[in-house]
Amino acid sequence: MSITGLFLILFLIVHLTVNSMIVFDDTGVLFNQAAHFMATDPIIGIIEPVLAIGLIAHFVFASIITYQNQAKRTITYSGLKRYKQKDSSVGSTWTSRNMYILGAVILIFLVIHLINFFWKMKVSGDPLLEEATGLGGDIENAYALVTTKFIEWKWLVAIYVVGAIALGLHLHHGVWSAFQTLGWSNRKWRTIWNVIGIIISVIFAGGFAFIPLYIMIQSMV
Amino acid sequence: MTALNSKIPEGPLSEKWKNHKNSLKLVSPANKKKMDIIMVGTGVAGAAAAASLGQMGYNVKVFCYQDSPRRAHSVAAQGGINAAKNYRNDNDSDYRLFYDMIKGGDFRAREANVYRAAEVSNNIIDQLTAQGVPFAREYGGTLATRSFGGVQVSRTFYASGQTGQQVLLGSYSALKRQISKGTVTMYERRQMLELVVKDGKARGIVCRNLVTGEMERYSAHAVVLATGGYGTIYFLSTLAVNSSGAAAYAAYKKGAFFANPSFIQIHPSCIPQLNEYQSKLTLMSESLRNDGRVWVPKSKDDNRKPTDIPEEERDYYLERRYPAFGNLVPRDIGARAAKERCDAGYGVGETGYAVYLDFKDAIKEQGKKTIHSKYGSLFDLYKKITGEDPYKQPMKIYPAGHYTMGGLWVDYNLMTTIPGLYAIGEANFSDHGANRLGASSLMQGSGDGYFILPYTIGDYLSGEIKNPKPSTDAKEFEEAEKEAIERINRLMNINGNTTALDFHKKLGKIMWNYGGMERNEEGLKKGLEMVTELEEQFYKDLKLTGTTDSMNQPLERALRVAASFEISRLMLRDALNRNESCGAHFRTEHQTEDGEALRNDDKYMYVSAWEYKGDNQEPELHIEELKYDHVKVQQRSYK
Amino acid sequence: MDLTIKVWRQNNPHDQGRFETYQLSAASQDMTFLEMLDALNEQLIHEDKDPIAFEHDCREGICGSCAMMINGRPHGPEQEVTSCQLNMKAFKENDVIVVEPWRAQSFPVIKDLVVDRSAFEKIMEAGGFVDVDVSAVPDANTYPVGKDIAEESFDAAECIGCGACVAACKNSSAMLFVAAKVSQYALLPQGKKEGLTRAWNMVSKMDELGFGSCTNTGSCEAECPKGISLAHIARLNREFLKAGFHNLAAEKR
Repeated sequence: MSITGLFLILFLIVHLTVNSMIVFDDTGVLFNQAAHFMATDPIIGIIEPVLAIGLIAHFVFASIITYQNQAKRTITYSGLKRYKQKDSSVGSTWTSRNMYILGAVILIFLVIHLINFFWKMKVSGDPLLEEATGLGGDIENAYALVTTKFIEWKWLVAIYVVGAIALGLHLHHGVWSAFQTLGWSNRKWRTIWNVIGIIISVIFAGGFAFIPLYIMIQSMV
Repeated sequence: MTALNSKIPEGPLSEKWKNHKNSLKLVSPANKKKMDIIMVGTGVAGAAAAASLGQMGYNVKVFCYQDSPRRAHSVAAQGGINAAKNYRNDNDSDYRLFYDMIKGGDFRAREANVYRAAEVSNNIIDQLTAQGVPFAREYGGTLATRSFGGVQVSRTFYASGQTGQQVLLGSYSALKRQISKGTVTMYERRQMLELVVKDGKARGIVCRNLVTGEMERYSAHAVVLATGGYGTIYFLSTLAVNSSGAAAYAAYKKGAFFANPSFIQIHPSCIPQLNEYQSKLTLMSESLRNDGRVWVPKSKDDNRKPTDIPEEERDYYLERRYPAFGNLVPRDIGARAAKERCDAGYGVGETGYAVYLDFKDAIKEQGKKTIHSKYGSLFDLYKKITGEDPYKQPMKIYPAGHYTMGGLWVDYNLMTTIPGLYAIGEANFSDHGANRLGASSLMQGSGDGYFILPYTIGDYLSGEIKNPKPSTDAKEFEEAEKEAIERINRLMNINGNTTALDFHKKLGKIMWNYGGMERNEEGLKKGLEMVTELEEQFYKDLKLTGTTDSMNQPLERALRVAASFEISRLMLRDALNRNESCGAHFRTEHQTEDGEALRNDDKYMYVSAWEYKGDNQEPELHIEELKYDHVKVQQRSYK
Repeated sequence: MDLTIKVWRQNNPHDQGRFETYQLSAASQDMTFLEMLDALNEQLIHEDKDPIAFEHDCREGICGSCAMMINGRPHGPEQEVTSCQLNMKAFKENDVIVVEPWRAQSFPVIKDLVVDRSAFEKIMEAGGFVDVDVSAVPDANTYPVGKDIAEESFDAAECIGCGACVAACKNSSAMLFVAAKVSQYALLPQGKKEGLTRAWNMVSKMDELGFGSCTNTGSCEAECPKGISLAHIARLNREFLKAGFHNLAAEKR
């Protein structure tokens, strides 16, 4: 879990960097260039399936572990439910106890995300992609696709914000937990990883939520 | 009265053990494989012995009543473990440790045994360290020590205030190692009810499976009892609530002599009884007296808060009465001095039966941090129980029953009067005389278990090679089981109105009042009558519910309480017989002008060993004369 | 004080088990939790009922016998105490208290609140010791150990084996228990030789016995009566990985 998780964070860094081009250049040129590079670079081409495998592995491991772990306690504690003990799991965060649920939310989001963009760019195509980019050649206008989608369907923005928050919460526990599992932690580093985890989760949740919001707000003013 | 043969080897004191070891017969590895040993109890002594014997190649069967051997009450020892390592270069030696133990025991311990205990003490520290016991260290990385319990050298090794836990877990881990190797088989949740003696030799046990309620029989070539003491005869004591000595008592009934039952150490510093519901008292390690100062107000019924009482109105009575040792006087002296002050009306707390143990000055001198590193866990424990913070106000302490020096009589080989039955650790009587020196119980238990019994038991077993262990269908096993079942049925069928817990509480009160810190002829006689009366009531009015074929904890308790009555009587009888004061045994008729114990060496320099003669018969007294060739017997003085 | 106590009652391992509700007026705030249960048991015996079975021995928080879920928390609402040290001051007049046994596949109920923790014993037998025979050992001061290292090792060694970590963990994992032992030895020069296999063997045994895996939620640490730190689990993970690489290398050879 920890290794695949950390690997996926690498992907997130690249993805957020590319996406941020949307914000930095309103003409879309930067983003289109970056998207084109990502689509055509041979190294990226090799990494892509690895990423897919990493993601699937992360999901499969998570499912197996969650299923196994849940089977270890067949009778649950009644005291908790009956008397609504507030802090039933003192010392553990809500996110740490619900990583699988958060993961599932992210997965659902991911499917929507892929259908909306990845599928269109790679497989089915979309008229918006054909629009002129000003870069010449056969570079697709990914910028037009992305911005138009968010402007046309406001509910999509909401989905993206929820997805980003789920990702942030997932990372909030995921980062320090990954280092703990790898044994890369002690009393001091535990605090440091926790802080880093919070920073990372804020950056990713904030970043990924900001972009659709930015596009939407831009279109409204 | 017959004299007992303790089989002390000849030769100079420091050579005795060495020579004796050389003369002990051995069992060959091939034969060891064929020999079974039963070990009852898994405290420091039992676990260490089982591990050692398993390692040697014997088949060892180990029994305990808890769900894990790690729960044995050695776990609760706090202060430390002595060894004559002389790591501090303070001129310590085997002889000095021996002398301190003999003196601490008020010249009622067997010289040769005590010297041997001191001699093997160094190996114990090496052994425990090798097992990964995390003893406290100095900054340089060497083992740290502290001075403890009325001695003038620093020889006590410790692991915070949890030395017993760490030492026990050390021997427990050695035991686990042997279990994983298959040399030792563990039987948890078994209560030993009967010892099986066949042809005059200990050959097995009958125990009750505490989960199923079934009776189980086990046979072997030898049986070792490492079952601890009987301190719960006071009900409230620092012992685990189930530490009753009932197993040793079962052996006594089969012919093992019970020695010095009246020697029970009262620990001077325990958290006082807070209310009538209390089920046990918690020890505050004696190591606290290294830095804490004991005092009571100078005026009676001083109701001010301790922090409001100015220095000049405090009576540091230990420092006043014993200027040389001050707060570090031995346990019995510290305990009686507290009782004296409280009886005189100077006691503090709600009941008036407590004294202060103050760390104000130590914190001022050494800083809170140092005090925390020395006693942090103890301070936390105190705060948890009382809700008071010892960093801010003095602790309240009072004496409580703590350790039983008395136990099954054993010879130099640790064998009881029943051939093939051994007793080690607190279960035997051998090394502590009339009072135990602080931090020497872990030492004696470990010594017996790791380095003494494994050698001496071979001497006996070498003669048993041709004697296969009996079948558990033998008549003796059948009879023993029948006895056990009858005992249980008798208790189950009383159908009275009083619970075993109630009886235990009543017994405890009698024993504390008439056989506690101070005793006298009249009180002891009265106590004897009262115990007998209570016992009669017990067999008329006990109430038990549940069944015998499943877990039944009140039944377990009732079986223990039944044994406690008899041990109590034995203890009172011994105290009555010993018409002198010595160590922890204080007869008010015999005291010096200063109120110290006054021995009568001419008449009582002996070990009293009692032989069971039948249920309604008086036990017979046997004596083992004590000779002191290597120390000068003197009046103990800690002034 | 008047209390309502709801206790899990189960006659034997095969029994279905159920909650029973008892009213107790003989309780006092001066009692410990187990003394309160003693009082309840006295009442039950007088009513000709089978008293509640629960484990206890030292009653000073060091033997690790007592083990129960009190109002949904191992050893009750206070931090760093065992059930035997839990003061009734933590409860109020007319409180309802729910008492349950540890729940974990690896800790089957024997009777009422008594569970079978022998799985812990098996984990210990898989490597919870230094591989050294009695007697043939060097002088204790041969290998110096820094004061802070010794203290960290002791901190881990404080584990009392009560099982609260398993009871608290949503995965019923015994990682904190295993980590305490592995970490104690990993820090010391003793037992380095078999250190490479200890973590592997103990964790494998833990998995085999039906304990869950660690997802670093931290509830074990919060509920541990001895406050054993998650840092020890990190050390265990390190030792485990080392052992994994060692095993790989060994296979190649």
